[in-house]
Amino acid sequence: MADHAHDHAHDHAHDDHHDHEHHVDNFWTKYVFSIDHKMIAKQFLVTGMFMGIIGVFMSMLFRLQLAWPGESFPILETFLGKWAPDGVMDPNMYLALVTIHGTIMVFFVLTAGLSGTFSNLLIPLQIGARDMASGFLNMISYWFFAASSVVMVVSLFVETGPASGGWTVYPPLSALPQAMPGSGAGMTLWLVSMTLFIAGSLIGSLNYIVTVINLRTKGMSMTRLPLTIWAFLVTAILGVLSFPVLLSAALLLVFDRSMGTSFYLSDIMVAGEMLTNQGGSPILFEHLFWFLGHPEVYIILLPALGITSEVIATNSRKPIFGYRAMIGSILAIAFLSFIVWGHHMFITGMNPFLGSVFTFTTLLIAIPSAVKAFNYITTLWKGNIRFTPAMLFSIGLVSTFVAGGLTGIILGDSALDINVHDTYFVVAHFHIVMGLSAIFGMFAGVYHWFPKMYGRMMNKSMGYLHFWLTFVSAYGVFFPMHFTGLAGLPRRYYSNAEFPIFDELQDINVIITMFAIGGGIAQLIFIFNFFYSMWRGPKAPQNPWNSNTLEWTAPVEHIHGNWPGAIPEVHRWAYDYSKPGYDEDFVPQTTPLKDGEHAH
Amino acid sequence: MTLIVLVLAVLTALQLIRIFELSSKARQTAEYEVTDRDNNNQGWLMLLFGFGLIASFFWMLNAWLPVTLPKPASAHGTDYDNLMTISMLVIIAMFVLVQPILFYFAWKYRGAKDRKATYYEHNNRLEFIWTIVPAVVLAVLIIYGMTTWSNVMNPKNEQEPLVIEVYAQQFKWTARYAGQDNQLGYANVRLIKDANVIGVDTLDTKGGDDKITTEIHLPVGRPVLFKFRSQDVIHSAYFPHFRAQMNCVPGMTTQFQFTPTVTTAEMRQDAEVQAKVARINKIRTEKGLEAYAYDYVLLCNKICGSAHYNMQMNIVVESEAEYAKWLTEQKTVAETL
Repeated sequence: MADHAHDHAHDHAHDDHHDHEHHVDNFWTKYVFSIDHKMIAKQFLVTGMFMGIIGVFMSMLFRLQLAWPGESFPILETFLGKWAPDGVMDPNMYLALVTIHGTIMVFFVLTAGLSGTFSNLLIPLQIGARDMASGFLNMISYWFFAASSVVMVVSLFVETGPASGGWTVYPPLSALPQAMPGSGAGMTLWLVSMTLFIAGSLIGSLNYIVTVINLRTKGMSMTRLPLTIWAFLVTAILGVLSFPVLLSAALLLVFDRSMGTSFYLSDIMVAGEMLTNQGGSPILFEHLFWFLGHPEVYIILLPALGITSEVIATNSRKPIFGYRAMIGSILAIAFLSFIVWGHHMFITGMNPFLGSVFTFTTLLIAIPSAVKAFNYITTLWKGNIRFTPAMLFSIGLVSTFVAGGLTGIILGDSALDINVHDTYFVVAHFHIVMGLSAIFGMFAGVYHWFPKMYGRMMNKSMGYLHFWLTFVSAYGVFFPMHFTGLAGLPRRYYSNAEFPIFDELQDINVIITMFAIGGGIAQLIFIFNFFYSMWRGPKAPQNPWNSNTLEWTAPVEHIHGNWPGAIPEVHRWAYDYSKPGYDEDFVPQTTPLKDGEHAH
Repeated sequence: MTLIVLVLAVLTALQLIRIFELSSKARQTAEYEVTDRDNNNQGWLMLLFGFGLIASFFWMLNAWLPVTLPKPASAHGTDYDNLMTISMLVIIAMFVLVQPILFYFAWKYRGAKDRKATYYEHNNRLEFIWTIVPAVVLAVLIIYGMTTWSNVMNPKNEQEPLVIEVYAQQFKWTARYAGQDNQLGYANVRLIKDANVIGVDTLDTKGGDDKITTEIHLPVGRPVLFKFRSQDVIHSAYFPHFRAQMNCVPGMTTQFQFTPTVTTAEMRQDAEVQAKVARINKIRTEKGLEAYAYDYVLLCNKICGSAHYNMQMNIVVESEAEYAKWLTEQKTVAETL
C-alpha cells in the first residue's frame, strides 16, 4: 500500500527535496530544543500528562474533604503540610485546589496537552507537509508552554498558597491579597504563568493556521482534508481571536493589583481597610474573561471531536457520515461560540434584555451539536466496528457529548439558569460535556496515534481495562451531581455541613468520591501502559489500523521532513472505507481514482 | 509502605501484560490486533453499559428526586418549575432515546472478519431532518424560556413592592428595610464609620427611618424588591426556595424582585417538606446534631473567600400582622446612629 503511494508520488516528482538527511542531531537538538513537529508533539503530550496527573490528584484530595468534611486524613497532611494540620484540610487550601485543578485541566491538559499534541503531530503528517510553516516558532510555542507549566507548579509552593479565587479569577477577590491569602504571591504567579501560556498558545495557533492554509500537498483540497485538520484549523482560529482578549483582561488585572489602577475596582472596603479605587467594574472583567472563556470550551472540544471523527470512521470501516455537514457544524459552532459568552453572566446584574439575546444564541449551538451527534451515530450504523481502545473512547465521547450537551439546554436558558447557576448542576454539565468528552478524545488520540508517535503499539487489553474503569467511574462521579445541583448545593463549598438542608446529600457525596478515587487510580493503568509500550511495546507496522490518511504512508521511524523522497500526492478524500469496487476495505488518499470511479 | 504498594502494583501490571501477550501468542495474533472475539466481547459490554446507564439513571431519579428542592415559595417560582419540568422532560426523552441507539449500534455492528461495512457517506434528507427537528424543538423552548425570563425580570406591579436592601460582605449578610417612606436612604461603602457598619448616609432624610436587621422577614403575598450591594468582593444572593438569585457586585447596585407566596409555617406543614425534614433529622440524630425545622435561607453562591461555604442568613415568611409586629421591634437608623 505504502509502496504504491510512494511510486505514485515519484511520478509526480515534487521539487521540494530538502536535504534533511544531512542534518545531524545531538541530544539537545533532538529531545530538548527540537524544531521537528513530531518531537514537539511528544513534548506537549508528556508535559500535558504530567500536569494532568497533578490536576487529577488534586481533585481526589478535595473529593476526600467533600465526602467526609472535617475528618482527619493523614495523607492530606503528607501532601499539603501546614495547609492540612492534623490531616484536616484548610478552607483556603480547598479553594486553592479547586482553582488550580480547574486551571490545569482547562488550559494545561485540554488546551495545550490536547490541541498542542495532536495539531503538532497531525497537521504536517495529514496534509502532507515536511514540517510546520515555522519550526522555530513551533519550538518557541512549546517552551512558552513549558515555562508557564513550571511557573504554575512553582506557585503551589508559595508561603501564602496558590491562587484560590476559582479558575475564572474574578476580581475583586483575585485582585486583593487582603480578601484571601491565595490572592497574594500565588495569584501573581498565576497571572505570570497564564501570560506565558497565552503567548505560547498564540504562536502555536498562528503556525497551525499558516501551515494548513499554505502547505497542503498536491491534491489536498480543503474538502479532502481529514476532519481532524478541519477541527485543528478552526480551533487555532478561535484561539487567535479569543486568547488576546484574556491577555488584555489579565494585564488590566495586573495593573489593578500592582499599580493602583481601578479597571475592575470601585468602592471597596476589605479587611477593615477602605480602598481608594473608584469607577471600575468587576463586570468588565467577566465580559473580557468569558469572551475567551466560551470559545475556550470549543478550543478544548473541537480537537476531541475531530479526533473522534477520524477514529470512528476508521474503526467503523465506513466513511464519516455527512462529511460536509460535519465541516459546516464545526464552522457554525465556532462562529456561535463568539456570541454566547453572556450565558455565564445571566445573573451578574447584566441588562436582562441581554439575557434574552444570549439565551437565543446559546440554544442555537444545540443544532450543529445535534447534527454532529447524529452523524457519529449514523457512521456506526451498518459499520463493521473494530473495537480498538481508541474506538471505545470515541464511542464514550459520543455518549458524554450527548449526555452533557443536553443539560446545556437547561443552563443556556436564562430563566432556568437563575436557580441552578453556580450549583453542582453546572459542575455536572461542563465536566461531562467538555471535561469528559475532551479527555476521552485525548485518550482516543493517544491510543490511535501512539504507533505514529513512538513506533510501537500500546497494549490493547490494558487499554480495554482502562476504558471501562474510566467510563463507569466518569458517569459515577458526574451524573449524581445533577441531583445535588437541583437540591441547590452551590459549587466551591468547602463543606455542606453548615446547612441542614444539605444533610441529605452527604451519601451522594460519598458515592461520588468513591468513583472519583477509583477513576483516578484507574489512570495509573494508562500511565503504565504508555511508558511500558514506549520502550517495550511491540514494533508498529506502518499502517496498523488500515487507515486512509497520509500520516500512515510516512515511515515508522521518524525522519526530518516526514517522507523520504517526494511528498505523496492526494487523489481522494480521507474516508473511502469499504468502498464498492475495491477488495480491501480501505482506499488510501494516495490511490488515484479508477476510470469512471465517482469521488465521494 | 506507599513504596511497597507502588512496587507491588507495577509488578502486577508487568505480569498482567505478560499474560495478555502470551495468550495472544497462543492464539497466533499480535496482542494489539483486534480479533473477532474482542469485537464480540466489547460489543456486548457496550450493550450492557447502555442498559446499565439507563437503568441507573432511573434508579437515581427514583432515589434522589426527593432530595432536590421542594415546591417553590414564590409566585414566579411556579412558572420557573413548570419551565424546568418541561425542559427536563425534553432532554430526558432525548437522553433515553439517543443513548440506547448509540450502544445498540455499537453492539449490533460489532465487527467480524467476514463482514463488510456499507459504504454510506451522506443522505441530505436525513441530515435535513435532524437539523430541522432540533431547531423546531429549540425554537419552542427558546420562546417559552424568553417569555418566562422577561416576566421574572420585568414584573408588572399592581402593588408597590416592599424595598429591602441586602448587603453582602465577607462572610455575612445584612438587610436594610426602607422604612415608612419605602425609600432607601443613600449609602456607600465609603461612609462606613464606627457603628455605621454598612455606610448609610446620615444626612439623607430618606434614610432616617431605614432599619438594619440581621434576619429577613417577609410578609406573604407582597412583592419584594431586593437591592443588592457588596462591600468587598462579588457575592451572590441565592434564595433557592424562591427560585431567585442575583450577584452582589462592589461598586454597583443590582436588583431582583419576587413575591413570597408560602409562609414558613405553611411550608413546614407541606407533606413533601415534612418527609424531607424527617429524613434530615434522622441523619442529624445519628450525628448528634440538634433537630432541624424547615427554614428558608439565603446563601452566598459566588466564591468569596475562606468562609464562603458558611455565609448565610435566615429568611422568615409570615403573615402581614406578624411581619408588622416584627418590624416595629427593629430600631431605625436614626435611633441607632
